[in-house]
Amino acid sequence: MSNLLTASIGRKLLMSVSGLFLILFLFVHLTLNSFLLLDGVMGFQKGQLFNAGAHFMATNPFIKVMEPMLALGFIVHIIYSLILTLQNMKARGPQAYASGNKTTGVEWASQNMLVLGIVIFSFLIVHLFDFFMKMRGYIAWTPGEVEFPFFGSMAKGEDVYSLVNATFKVLPIVIIYIIGSVALAFHLAHGFWSSFQTIGWNNTKWMSRLRCISTIVGIVLGGGFTVIALAQYLFF
Amino acid sequence: MEKNINITVKVWRQNGPKEKGRFETHKVNNVSIDTSFLEMLDILNEQLINENKEPVAFDHDCREGICGMCSLYINGRPHGPDDDVTTCQLHMRKFKDGQTVTIEPWRSAAFPVIKDLIVDRRAFDKIIAAGGYVSVNTGGIPDANSIGIPKADADEAMDSASCIGCGACVAACKNGSAMLFVSAKVSHLAMLPQGRIEGARRAKAMVAKMDELGFGNCTNTGACEVECPKNISLSNIARLNREFLSAKFQD
Repeated sequence: MSNLLTASIGRKLLMSVSGLFLILFLFVHLTLNSFLLLDGVMGFQKGQLFNAGAHFMATNPFIKVMEPMLALGFIVHIIYSLILTLQNMKARGPQAYASGNKTTGVEWASQNMLVLGIVIFSFLIVHLFDFFMKMRGYIAWTPGEVEFPFFGSMAKGEDVYSLVNATFKVLPIVIIYIIGSVALAFHLAHGFWSSFQTIGWNNTKWMSRLRCISTIVGIVLGGGFTVIALAQYLFF
Repeated sequence: MEKNINITVKVWRQNGPKEKGRFETHKVNNVSIDTSFLEMLDILNEQLINENKEPVAFDHDCREGICGMCSLYINGRPHGPDDDVTTCQLHMRKFKDGQTVTIEPWRSAAFPVIKDLIVDRRAFDKIIAAGGYVSVNTGGIPDANSIGIPKADADEAMDSASCIGCGACVAACKNGSAMLFVSAKVSHLAMLPQGRIEGARRAKAMVAKMDELGFGNCTNTGACEVECPKNISLSNIARLNREFLSAKFQD
């Protein structure tokens, strides 16, 4: 284990593991968000299911523990991406090819992971200001109190649904969210299979399978968030 | 099907490692399309010598695609516009009449230019010297059935061993990474019983040397695999990662 993080492959292992952890978080996030589309099922009224979900996430001790871990995951992923990219630029050398790069058949996303990452990071900042900072009281927000069914009984909590719904009624915000989601889709379409490659879980047989799964992960997550933002703007 | 073309060659000239380089433009007329790319450069050099100018320096040796000596970044691609061949096996039929052909050396911090189109690729030799071998004499060719090796493994080891160490992977990589080369060299030994024994030590030593020499970090982009004249597969890189990480976790 000694000096693992001074080796290129060791640093990339950190990128890989932190990336997979963040993907796991995104799936939980998307699951919760999908409640926004489920009005009127199982006796839930408009927005109740999402409010119940938000209440569950806000009060669950496991989520409280995972929150700093998640922040750490982001920090590690971002800092190491910068370290590795700087090393890569240095290794490439100062002289660019005058005849450019005409290599064909290379994923576009794989060559632009840093740019996509910067777009996603910028979006993340906007996103935190839109919701997280308000829900945590860092930004003034006076939520209405609502009642919703919660594990068999009724519970009271903040009306997060109205905040989400009001936010997604503004077209420029919806556009920003779609840009963020599309960047995420491309980032993951390369990032997912690449993280398995870095761990060493790949061979000639699994290469095409992992790439296929990776594309699906990108489409499901990026597309999912896009559809939800659009649906809130158009139908709710 | 005899056909001749006229081309303009835009070639990188640099007097020495520390000197500032520049592009020079020359016309090469009446080149048969059956000429190989290096023969075209020979024709250009004859021309330059007759004009009392200094010929263009470029690396070459076997001219049959097996030594890994020729390099050249031609019109935006290592080893030029043909697929799965080295520069010496590239022919002028891949170019059009009147076309401008831009010829540059490999660009990578770990491969400094020595002169014109020649770069110093000793970094690869240093990586091999760090562990790309079997330490003991394993004797002559063993009897075919004395050590059982599955055909699939033997084939894959042979595919990895076909790496000629030309450096096109590093030249193509946006990160100047040597992972495809190192992974091929680690793989072909790791898959056979004689090389397997030193697998962990080899992976650690070669990766450490690769990092030390200033090669970049692999982002699994795959340009190396596309440009490799010997079709070395990206799955070798996964195997190197596996070998290296499991070796490190045992320490």
